[in-house]
Amino acid sequence: MSFETIITILENNWPMFLRGAYITLAIAVISTIIGAFIGFFIGIMHTIPAAKRSFKTGVLKIFNFILSVYVEVFRGTPMMVQAMVVFYVLYAYGIELDRFVAALVVVGLNTGAYMAEIVRGGIVSIDKGQYEAAQAIGMNHFQTMVFIILPQVARNILPATGNQLVMNIKDTSVLSVISVTELFFQTKSIAGANFKYAESFAIACLIYLIMTFIATRLLRLMEKKLDGPDSYKVENTTAAAK
Amino acid sequence: METVIDIKHLSKSFGQHEVLKDVNFSVQKGEVVCLIGSSGSGKSTLLRCINLLEKPSGGAIIYNGENILDDKHDIEKYRTHLGMVFQQFNLFNNLNVLENCIVGQQKVLKRSKQEASEKALKYLKVVGMEKYQHAKPRQLSGGQKQRVAIARALAMDPDVMLFDEPTSALDPEMVGEVLKVMRTLAAEGNTMLIVTHEMEFAREVADRVVFMDKGVIVEEGAPEQVLADPKHDRTKEFLKRTLK
Ligand SMILES: Nc1ncnc2c1ncn2[C@@H]1O[C@H](COP(=O)(O)OP(=O)(O)OP(=O)(O)O)[C@@H](O)[C@H]1O
Ligand SMILES: [Mg+2]
Repeated sequence: MSFETIITILENNWPMFLRGAYITLAIAVISTIIGAFIGFFIGIMHTIPAAKRSFKTGVLKIFNFILSVYVEVFRGTPMMVQAMVVFYVLYAYGIELDRFVAALVVVGLNTGAYMAEIVRGGIVSIDKGQYEAAQAIGMNHFQTMVFIILPQVARNILPATGNQLVMNIKDTSVLSVISVTELFFQTKSIAGANFKYAESFAIACLIYLIMTFIATRLLRLMEKKLDGPDSYKVENTTAAAK
Repeated sequence: METVIDIKHLSKSFGQHEVLKDVNFSVQKGEVVCLIGSSGSGKSTLLRCINLLEKPSGGAIIYNGENILDDKHDIEKYRTHLGMVFQQFNLFNNLNVLENCIVGQQKVLKRSKQEASEKALKYLKVVGMEKYQHAKPRQLSGGQKQRVAIARALAMDPDVMLFDEPTSALDPEMVGEVLKVMRTLAAEGNTMLIVTHEMEFAREVADRVVFMDKGVIVEEGAPEQVLADPKHDRTKEFLKRTLK
């Protein structure tokens, strides 16, 4: 393995690497967002207070059961297998999904299953006093969730969500089994043509590292931004009275 | 006198444990009532039943001539007429001081942003916290948080303010600043129901003191009577323990 070879490979194949990295990043980012939405949806559904003996509660229970099955299935099976099943089962029924769309479906649903637990945990960890204070000023459950609880949950689970994004950047590599042209797939093609496996994958390795590193930093920055400044502006009395 | 809240035969059980037994009492407009009693006697539970944070097991709570425990009653609307101040402050952690005092006015009372901020600033001034309007709760001391919590409740223009041991979670040096605010409110004629262990404060500001023990109201009356010359043995015993 030599440095010159790496340079040569990069010179000859950089558009393919770039495109692979782009697809990887696109899938990871979009499906993390999809997953976060699914997670919030399920987390909220699971924490709706149950009224006794009502028809609505019955429907909610059945719905929540279905959601629980989804979470268990996607957390309990490898994503590579999920990709094969989703793609080829649909294929067998004559539905030929675009591979990129199939990738979003698989990674999105997978992330959603994990995010559901993260969000649920985030909701139950909010102090009971926050709900009570909101109720005490007359907010209903919906207002309490939207204005008080969920903003705090979103902030608190941001690190875990970032972690999901980083995992998704790496785990999209398993999508090569359904021939999604992400970074791993592209690298395999490049290496298959030039027979320089070590150098080609060293480059892929470096690109993955750069992507995850930047993602982590950006999320840190976002956390800081959301927390606002450490100090606050002290309003002088005359200005406040205006 | 005009009755703001009238409680009749109120009872509350947690499973087998009967915490409130046939509680009857009322709060008049402009009155300051202090609720005292030993730990576990049911003071917090009574206060929480009044604004329905706990669902009473029986009895009636009459507000504006209606029993708010009737099934069809709009609980959320009723709660806007009661201002609650918690022992643990419970400021909304995601909002700054000003927003804490605005959110309920805007989202629940549907006041305009302009009107809500003016009102919020007015009450932040009353509690001496207008300087800190941009601060987040985590940047404040306990006493400051509690004063903001009081402003938040006042900004809803409630008919009665409920305080559940507002100074019990505070360091001693911060108790004074909160009691001072409460004295001002009492002097201004606000209707207040205060659960407190501060006997000195109760003696000074209360129009009426209510002593509770084991889920029942044992004795009530003017502070100089209940605190200085109690009729019941249980009250005497309690006061001896707390005032010694
Ligand atoms: N959610 C609950 N579930 C079960 N029991 C409860 C609950 N809340 C309160 N209790 C019980 O009810 C009784 C009265 O409690 P409460 O908090 O009203 O007392 P308190 O007079 O406010 O006491 P303190 O001065 O310590 O605050 C206690 O025995 C308590 O254990
Ligand atoms: Mg209590």
